[in-house]
Amino acid sequence: MPSGRTSGRFGLVVILGLAGLAGLVSLANVGCQSSDELTLLNVSYDPTREFYKEFNEEFTRHWKETTGQDVRVDMSHGGAGKQARAVIDGLKADVVTLALAYDIDAISREAGLMPEDWQKRLPHNSCPYTSTIVFLVRKGNPKGIKDWGDLVKPDVSIITPNPKTSGGARWNYLAAWGYVLKKELGDLAKINDPSQKEAVDRAHAAAREFVTKLFRQVPVLDSGARGSTVTFDQREMGDVLLAWENEAFRVLQDSGPDKFEIVVPSISILAEPPVTLMDKVADKHGARAVAEAYLKHLYSPAGQRLAAKHFYRPVSPEGVPAEDVARFVKVELIRIDDVFGGWAKAQKEHFDDGGVFDQIYKPE
Amino acid sequence: MPIPTRKRGVLPGFGLAMGFTLSYLSLIVLIPLAALVLRSASIPGGDFWRTVTDPRVLASYRLSFGASLVAALVNALFGFIVAWSLVRYSFPGRKLLDAMVDLPFAMPTAVSGIALTAIYAPNGWIGRWLAPLGIQAAYSPLGVTIALTLIGLPFVVRTLQPTLEDLDPEIEEAAASLGAGRLQTFVRVILPMIFPTLLTGFALAFARGLGEYGSVVFIAGNMPMKTEIAPLLIITKLEQYDYAGATAIAVVMLAASFLLLLSINGLQWWSGRHATAG
Repeated sequence: MPSGRTSGRFGLVVILGLAGLAGLVSLANVGCQSSDELTLLNVSYDPTREFYKEFNEEFTRHWKETTGQDVRVDMSHGGAGKQARAVIDGLKADVVTLALAYDIDAISREAGLMPEDWQKRLPHNSCPYTSTIVFLVRKGNPKGIKDWGDLVKPDVSIITPNPKTSGGARWNYLAAWGYVLKKELGDLAKINDPSQKEAVDRAHAAAREFVTKLFRQVPVLDSGARGSTVTFDQREMGDVLLAWENEAFRVLQDSGPDKFEIVVPSISILAEPPVTLMDKVADKHGARAVAEAYLKHLYSPAGQRLAAKHFYRPVSPEGVPAEDVARFVKVELIRIDDVFGGWAKAQKEHFDDGGVFDQIYKPE
Repeated sequence: MPIPTRKRGVLPGFGLAMGFTLSYLSLIVLIPLAALVLRSASIPGGDFWRTVTDPRVLASYRLSFGASLVAALVNALFGFIVAWSLVRYSFPGRKLLDAMVDLPFAMPTAVSGIALTAIYAPNGWIGRWLAPLGIQAAYSPLGVTIALTLIGLPFVVRTLQPTLEDLDPEIEEAAASLGAGRLQTFVRVILPMIFPTLLTGFALAFARGLGEYGSVVFIAGNMPMKTEIAPLLIITKLEQYDYAGATAIAVVMLAASFLLLLSINGLQWWSGRHATAG
């Protein structure tokens, strides 16, 4: 017979086990919150944190003024690829605001939450703000980095995240590639001219050699843009950080002007982070009207002002204070659709397994 | 009706307990693993083979298994010393030290990763002293091993402690009074008694290292062919929506770890028998 003490202990174990189960059940319930409050979930990528924090307050105020309703906007941030996967796997996003169209395409393809032509639904390819890729160098630019060509000088160490896992890094890579095409061809219109095929092929070969050299000088490949920023800023690794323009400005703002400088290269890429509605989720959740208004509000003067304040290039800068617009250096920006034939093609050629990027690290 | 002739155990409740064990294990462990294997079975054999024998994947297996092995060995040695000190000696602050051993269990692994990177990076507290010696700790396989050593330590210490507590100092005194030297006492008397437990701790630390992702990605530098661990490649495949490829890598890791753990268990059983027989 169990003694009183052991049966007491047994009882304790049972109680703990039941408590654990109850905990599991209550965790499972967290997802289904009561529906009397109007909420939106915006699934976004890493560097938009500060922008959306302020924009959400602005939108809540705007929505209250126009409709009298209270709305709460929840955010989820992370690497763009990971975020898209979370939405595909069932994260109930009403709107997504990701780093590149490719990841949103994947949501449409894999989960069918919105029509395939989603990018045509809002102005400017559904991008209320754009950005580009610039260089962040240490104060005084000790290595004399002025343009893409200076990056492959033998003593320059470059920090960029891994293009396989980071949307920002894919822009870095393609911008470098585009620089060589432009240098070799002079006019990028030749790319779509069949009579120039030989010259274009030569240019692509040169670009491949350049990018290979560039990545050979990368000592650390972080998985996301924020990780690389930390490696460059806190760990003091590398001479130059290839970064989103907005991220570079943010670092400059946070760490003071005596630590880093921004160098804008002669040519860069037009980075278009699109936004879109997840129709099926928003409809089911009864939030279509507010979600659509939320996205539209990004294009309003108020939204554009905040985008510029957080260092995104506004698509309609009319209502934006002049000093916020002035800091964006005019630079030739190549478009991924013109030069690389769109994201699906670029992804397949360059970043999928066995693609050009993988070849860079193939052992000889 | 034939009466069941099975010999009944002394302890009641076998049927209930076994049924519960099996269903619990199935729910928590076996069904998710079966889903993994099933998913990988949907890949054509050729693709599966190509994925798992890709040079980059092979390099990541080498690093993951190699670094986990080294880390587990280091932990087996130093974990033993830590456990020994905590059990055998009493000194001020022992309880505190004892509690600290559990910290790597409790800390979010990303936090350990970031902390380690900050310390071992070329501008960190320790890294700056290593750099002039030509040792690069962070962003190298050494960094991976350091991270795995940190998270594996509690497994060795916590498994060894009860065994060491049960170890009667009188046995050592007996060995000494029979003329054994200190080393002899340790090798011939103490080690055989704790060896099976040490192996368990080693196996746990090793297995934990294989699966570790959070702390390693920060300190590894993630360079293809050099410092990419296998779990990172799994994540990379998932980022590309290549669920099949990710599962293929995972299944090979799973099979390899299972075999390794099984053989460690075998060794433990063998050494346990050996110790009592000899």
